[in-house]
Amino acid sequence: MALTCIVALLFCTLAPPGDVAARDVPNDEGGKIVVTWTRSPDPSVVSYRVLRQAEGAAEWDTLGIAGRLASRYFDEEAPNGTRYRYKVVAEADTLHGESETSGYAQAAPQWFNTGRIPTMIGAAIIFLIFLYTFERARRGAKMFIRRIAGLDAVEEALGRATEMGRPTLYVPGLSSIDDVATIASLNILGEVAKKTAKFGTPLIVPNRDPIVYTVAREVVKESYAAVGRPDAFNPDSVFYVTDQQFAYAAAVDGIMLREKPATNFLIGMFWAESLILAETGAISGAVQIAGTDAVSQLPFFITACDYTLIGEELYAASAYISREPLRLGAIKGQDYNKLVILALMLGGTLLALAANIRITDVL
Amino acid sequence: MKRKLPLLIVLVTGIFGVLTYIIPHPVVQTTDSVIRNDILRIIGAFSLVLGIGSILRHHFIKIKRKSENWGYSWITVVALFVSAVIGLFGGIDPTRPGILPTHIGGFSFHIQSLFTGLIVPLGSTMFALLAFFMASASYRAFRARNFEATLLLISAFILMLGAMPLTRLLVKELPSFAEWILAVPNTAAKRGIGFGISLGILATSLKIILGIERGWLGGGE
Repeated sequence: MALTCIVALLFCTLAPPGDVAARDVPNDEGGKIVVTWTRSPDPSVVSYRVLRQAEGAAEWDTLGIAGRLASRYFDEEAPNGTRYRYKVVAEADTLHGESETSGYAQAAPQWFNTGRIPTMIGAAIIFLIFLYTFERARRGAKMFIRRIAGLDAVEEALGRATEMGRPTLYVPGLSSIDDVATIASLNILGEVAKKTAKFGTPLIVPNRDPIVYTVAREVVKESYAAVGRPDAFNPDSVFYVTDQQFAYAAAVDGIMLREKPATNFLIGMFWAESLILAETGAISGAVQIAGTDAVSQLPFFITACDYTLIGEELYAASAYISREPLRLGAIKGQDYNKLVILALMLGGTLLALAANIRITDVL
Repeated sequence: MKRKLPLLIVLVTGIFGVLTYIIPHPVVQTTDSVIRNDILRIIGAFSLVLGIGSILRHHFIKIKRKSENWGYSWITVVALFVSAVIGLFGGIDPTRPGILPTHIGGFSFHIQSLFTGLIVPLGSTMFALLAFFMASASYRAFRARNFEATLLLISAFILMLGAMPLTRLLVKELPSFAEWILAVPNTAAKRGIGFGISLGILATSLKIILGIERGWLGGGE
C-alpha cells in the first residue's frame, strides 16, 4: 500500500480504480445502465468521476461524481438501444487516476421481473389454496365458519331500528374506491340494504368520495331491486357530502344527532375522525357496529361501539351475512392460508434455531 | 350484458393489475399509468358532477319539505354557488387573478383565502374536538364492561403509569414493562391482524376478479 502511494505521488497520479464494467440494469423498464468498479487502493481518493462515451462519438462526457466509498454508479439517462462505454477517474485535489475503459453496454427493457419470482410462487400457492376451497364450496362441502358476534348482531340491530321506527345509518368509510376496505364495505352495504329493504327501514348513506357515492347508490338500488322492493328505494338516501375529512365528520355527526338513527354502521377505512363519529353515535344511543382494517383506529371503535369487526372480519362479513357457499369458501381459504403461513413461520424459526444453536446450549 | 360486461372489464383489468407487478416493460407500465391516472381522473371528474348534483338534490328536498334545520341547507347551497363562482371566475390568489374582482380594499376573498381562512380553521376545530371525545372514550373504556375493554383498560393504565415521571421513580421496572407491552404483545397482535388483513384483501380481490363477489354490482346472479 505504502509503495503504491509513493509511486502515485512520484508520478502525480492516483492508483486508478480497476475492473470497470458496465451492464444493463436487470428487471427494469429500461433506460438504465449500472457501472461497477473496484475502488482505488489509494487512501487519498476523495471521489470518483464517471465518464461516458456513446459508440461512434469522439467525446467523453462527465456523467456524475460518486463518493470515495462508492463502487457503482447508475446511469439513468441511457436511452434504450444506444451503446455506451465508461471510464472511472479517481480524484483527490489535483491528482487523478483514470481507469481502463469498460466494454460496451446498452440499456433495454425487460418483459419479466425475475426478482419477483419468490413473491409469485407465494402468491400462486395462496391462490391455489383459494381455488381449492372455492371448488370444495362449489361441490357443496359443508364449511364451518366461527361465529362473529358483530355480524350476528346485524339482523338484530336492523330489527331494532324497524321496531323503533328510526333509520339506519351506514358510513362506508372515508377512503376512495381503490381501497379494498371500501370495496369490502360496499359489499356489506349491499347485504345491509337487502335487509333494510325487507324490513322497510329507512337507510341513510352519506359519502365522502364521489366515485364511492355513485357505486354505493347503485349497490343500494340493486339490492332493493334484488329483494323485490325497487319502489322502496329512496334516491336521496345515498348522497354525497364533501371530500373534506372533518367537514364530513361534522355532517355525519349532525345526521346522528338530528335523525337519531337506531343503528349505525361505521364500516370501511377511517382515520382521525373515527372516534368523533363513534363517540357521537354512542352519545345518541344508537347500536353501533364498526369494522375497519386501520389497526390504529380499532381501539377507538372497540371502546365506543357495541360490536367491532377487526381486520379480516371486515373482508369476511359480506360472505358471512349472505351465507353464499362460494363466498364462504373464500373465508375457509383465508383460514387455510393462515395455517400455511403459521407453519412456515414456525418451521423457519425452528430451522433458524437449529442452524445457530447447538443442542448442548439449549440443554 | 348489463352484468357480463362489468364482470369482463373487472376480470381483464384485475389480471392486468397482476401483470404490471411482474412485467417492468414500458408498454405495460405506461398503460397501467394511463388507466390509474388519466382514466380514473376522468371517471372522478364525471362522478364529481354527479356528487354536486347529489348535494343540490339532497338540500333542495330538505328546503322544499322544510325538514328540521332546513335553513342550514340554504347556507350550504349558497356557499356552494358562491365558492364555485369565485373559484371559476375569481382566480386562485392575488398573483393569479381572474375576471371577477376578489378583494375589497385590503380584504381578500379569492378561493385560496376561502380555503385557508374558512375550511382549514373549521377542520381544525373539528379535529380539536377529538381531545374531548378521547376523554369521554377513556371514561367509557375505564368502565370495563367486557373482557376486551378490561384488557384495554389494564394495558392503557400500565402504559400511562410507565410514562409518568413519578411512577418511574417509585417503580423502576415499570417503564421497561410498559415498553415491553408495546414492543411484544402489541406488535404481535398487530402483525397477526396484519396477516389476516392481507389475506382478506387477497381473498376479496380474487372473489371480485373471478366474479364470485358481486356485491359491488348489487349482488345477484
